Amino acid sequence: MMRDKKSLIVYGVLSAALAATCLLSLFLGAVHVPVADMLHSNIIQLRVARILLGAIAGAGLSVAGVIFQSLLRNPLAEPYVLGVSSGSGLGATLAILLGLNVFGVWTLPGMAFAGALGTILLVYALAETGAGAIPVHTLLLSGAIVNAVLASLLMFLVSVAPSEDLHSVVWWLLGNLQVFDWQLLRVVAVVVAAGLAVCVVLARDLNVMTLGEEAAAHLGLHVEQTKKLFFVVASLMTGATVAACGLIGFVGLIVPHTVRLVIGPDHRRLVPASALAGAAFLVLADSFARIVIAPREIPIGVITAFLGGPFFLFLLRRKKSFLRS
Amino acid sequence: MVSVEDIVAGYDGRPVLRDVRFDVASGEFLGLIGPNGCGKTTLLRVISGALPTMAGRVVVEGSDVREIGRRKLARIMACLLQDLSLDLAFTVREIVLMGRSPHLPRIGGETKRDFEVARHAMHLCDVSHLADRPITEMSGGERQRVLIAMCLAQEPRVLLLDEPTSHLDIGHQLSVLDLMAKLNRQTGVTVVAVLHDLNLAAEYCQRLLVLNEGRVAALGTPAEVLTAEMVSTVYGTTVLVERNPLSGKPHVVLAAGAATCKERTKKEEA
Repeated sequence: MMRDKKSLIVYGVLSAALAATCLLSLFLGAVHVPVADMLHSNIIQLRVARILLGAIAGAGLSVAGVIFQSLLRNPLAEPYVLGVSSGSGLGATLAILLGLNVFGVWTLPGMAFAGALGTILLVYALAETGAGAIPVHTLLLSGAIVNAVLASLLMFLVSVAPSEDLHSVVWWLLGNLQVFDWQLLRVVAVVVAAGLAVCVVLARDLNVMTLGEEAAAHLGLHVEQTKKLFFVVASLMTGATVAACGLIGFVGLIVPHTVRLVIGPDHRRLVPASALAGAAFLVLADSFARIVIAPREIPIGVITAFLGGPFFLFLLRRKKSFLRS
Repeated sequence: MVSVEDIVAGYDGRPVLRDVRFDVASGEFLGLIGPNGCGKTTLLRVISGALPTMAGRVVVEGSDVREIGRRKLARIMACLLQDLSLDLAFTVREIVLMGRSPHLPRIGGETKRDFEVARHAMHLCDVSHLADRPITEMSGGERQRVLIAMCLAQEPRVLLLDEPTSHLDIGHQLSVLDLMAKLNRQTGVTVVAVLHDLNLAAEYCQRLLVLNEGRVAALGTPAEVLTAEMVSTVYGTTVLVERNPLSGKPHVVLAAGAATCKERTKKEEA
């Protein structure tokens, strides 16, 4: 009850922060646009698209992180760390380089989703030691190794790519919120919104899953079904996000952990709060990416990795005793 | 209440339990004892429906535990496992409310009654004063009492416990088992508990089932089961069985060095 009031305040503060970062991002940039010209400016249209994509991607990556942390009972699980982002990237790169276009605008996110789902199933199978138990360190190791293999496959694809495609593929792989396709933006919005809705509605299941699979089953949960559903949801959200803006790491680690400190681990509050905070975080990070060395841009994946790497190490150190057991 | 019918069960096609059969009466407090690796935890996992059997079945209130459906089973039977992962700072109240899961609709939150049941469970387990504290800050004994409250919030008629007193000091061991005995008496809940300590098992359980190498070695009241011969055969060590002057229950007195002496005699005989 007390927490309900607190969570309302947190939602309010986060929404205000999101609105503020969006406004900030709208006015900042290499090109100065006078307020009077804003409504008609092309640059502003591009910036609005970019802000929307940033907010959607931030929410999607954060909630995907929340899902993986609950299902795998691992505080360090996150799409990028688990190799799921690289899997998506590989799927999307294949789609681009082979010129696939079977499902129209859904082709790229579809291939990215297939890559994501394949990767998480592989990492899960490699890390599992039987009876549904996944030791923290084996999960991280198999994630890291799968990530390395996928990254080398990606590099191979990039190296054999025709040079006219090369620059755009590399730029996209480093993480970029520039909207090159409005239709794709719409697809990502639909997928992330649907995934978010599933997580909000079934948030109690995510709570129960954190106790462990056998304990969750004793509380009446259909564990296998729940796991499959959420792996698909997290892969969809990751795949759609990667298809639109490439590999942006550690958002799913930084955001949920910080939010948990404030609002507690109950997923009924954690999921919506992480979505809001993730949106604000990525829009803010992108504003930095655009102005730090203006008129040139820094890839946003570079910024999140710069923040996320040390954050990961901090959590790892704090979890040392737990990792040893 | 619970019938274990000629169970064969194990892992990877290798049976750990063979031809185990017994019945647990409604309202009974049954202890499962036996040496390490005899299959106590495996038996508990079979009863809880977590582990499929290779032959035989477990029937609870007339239904096979593997066929009744997880949600329905969770409203009849609660299970306290040994290694729950509790790394997240859920409050005690949030943890206990998770016990209401099998009673809640798939979509939607707790009602007034759910909060009431959880409040009562916390009261019974004497953790009401901890309700708003995070589970991560609890001592071992407090943690067990909170988890028992979570099980009680399921409103089960059968409670399965896997070594509920391991890692606890003597004071907490007694407080947890006193709580179980009280719940068993007051609410009539049937209790099946895997216990390590023979003396604690003798004090609290109405009947004891001794497992040895996956088979039932003995089943009966503590006085019938806990004899020097039984302990010597099953655990491979010489003990003295006395009477606890306070309760009149059998009391196993250990003889330090007996195990090694016995091994030496065996070797010499060979």
